[in-house]
Amino acid sequence: MNRVLVDGEATGEIFVLKRPLSFWGGYNPENGIIVDAAHPQHGESLTGRIVVMPHGRGSSSSSAVLAEALRLGTGPAAIVLGESDQIVTTGVVVARMLYGVECPVVVGDIPTDARGVWRVSRSGPEPVD
Amino acid sequence: MLLTENDRALLAGDAGEAAAMAMDLVVTVGEAMGAGSLIDITGAHVDSCLYHGLVSLEFAERLVAAGGRVAVPTTLNVASLDLLHPELVRRDPETTARAQALMDAYVAMDCLPTWTCAPYQLHDRPRFGEQIAWGESNAIVFANSVLGARTNRYGDFLDICCAVVGRVPAFGLHTDEGRRATVRIDVSIPDRWLDDDLTYVALGHLLGQEVGTEVAVIAGLDDRADEDRLKALGATAASSGAVGMFHVAGVTPEAATVDEACQGKSPTRILTVDETAIQRAITDLSSTVTQLGAVSVGTPHASLREIERIADLVSGRQTRVPFYINTGRDVLADAELAGHVAPIESFGARFVTDTCTYITPIMDVPVGAVMTNSGKWAYYAPGNLGVDVVLAGLADCVESAASGEIVRGLQ
Repeated sequence: MNRVLVDGEATGEIFVLKRPLSFWGGYNPENGIIVDAAHPQHGESLTGRIVVMPHGRGSSSSSAVLAEALRLGTGPAAIVLGESDQIVTTGVVVARMLYGVECPVVVGDIPTDARGVWRVSRSGPEPVD
Repeated sequence: MLLTENDRALLAGDAGEAAAMAMDLVVTVGEAMGAGSLIDITGAHVDSCLYHGLVSLEFAERLVAAGGRVAVPTTLNVASLDLLHPELVRRDPETTARAQALMDAYVAMDCLPTWTCAPYQLHDRPRFGEQIAWGESNAIVFANSVLGARTNRYGDFLDICCAVVGRVPAFGLHTDEGRRATVRIDVSIPDRWLDDDLTYVALGHLLGQEVGTEVAVIAGLDDRADEDRLKALGATAASSGAVGMFHVAGVTPEAATVDEACQGKSPTRILTVDETAIQRAITDLSSTVTQLGAVSVGTPHASLREIERIADLVSGRQTRVPFYINTGRDVLADAELAGHVAPIESFGARFVTDTCTYITPIMDVPVGAVMTNSGKWAYYAPGNLGVDVVLAGLADCVESAASGEIVRGLQ
């Protein structure tokens, strides 16, 4: 059950968030690091990764923080959501509109123990052998 | 997506470049979300005026340069400066200039310079059933849940674009179906706990963690769940989860009963919250630091009633630590007229308007924890400011400040 929210293609190491993340207040766009002190993956980087998130969370400023990260080149390579999210989608669409940065966003089902390099495209996320 | 003739004209640039750019974003995001059409809105609340880097400014300035003007009455969220108390903010001159330019850009688009995260405390607020486009997670959940107005969760950029075209994608919380409670939460705690502000913060924490994006109906509360407490509940839920709306049976306007909130259907899940869960939630949101460094209250912005309560509590006392109260400039003006400001200033507390202590460099990182009555502040301040947080009710915040030590247990 895949659905494309923002079109594009990307390849990168998969990174499954153990809990949803509010990009605003939870993530530093200057270096791509998770700064939410209570998040189980605090201190890890999202830069260039295929980020998997069950659903959005938190601040409506997350659109701007995500777009700023994509402008600075510290953002994810792609985002796979468990359910569609308007705030995440908006941030990615604006980064493409202003700066031409691509970051595909799809709704898909990824196992929580997924590892290695994955590719995201119109046909959904799949592991790269 | 099915667009009207007027929607297509806007998209084609007939009403100018800014409307075309705004309509492009509204339609692109609406199609991604699976909306079939657009509907009119009667108002908007824009969060995009808070500075998050050059992208914030470049987007706004592009809209302004293209002649962007809002088509509906639009209030503005907190920004990155306190224009009434500029001496409080210690930020580098370059960022200050950009933050100011961003605020100016939204005012230039005819947004109202309200600078508050609690637009529902303004005299003119949306009425039941109004379709609106609101940003700011706590304001969104309040508008839907407490006012019965209808808004999806609008992120930065999309909020102003909806305001410019006066249209939003029709799905989710804009529709009857999207407002149906699918989760029922039974609160089973001793009656006197319903008199404690922190109970509502804890409920919000649990709600956000348990339901994520779903709409829940909470049963077991009564009219002690007033607007300030529902504000705290919603703000915390919108921080721990992606909650855009909740119902409280017998209290909120679309939930005379649990059955009404569920629109006659059965909830897919039923959860129970007991004393242990409430206590655990409060512990989760609080550090174990034993020294008091500062106090910050009013996130979301303190209401007139909350300021009145603080004025009563501080009477004749003196704070021993820095004490900040975040509020909206309109509420502060009302508080001044009502005579609440003078006693609070004699106590030694500082009012912060237009912004908030967790998004703008105002306080020094103190030795010891910052005490707050806000679950939202407890979520974000450790990451934003690098502070430890202790959660406590308003009475404990004042008592602790006056004694210089952490005091908990008053209510």
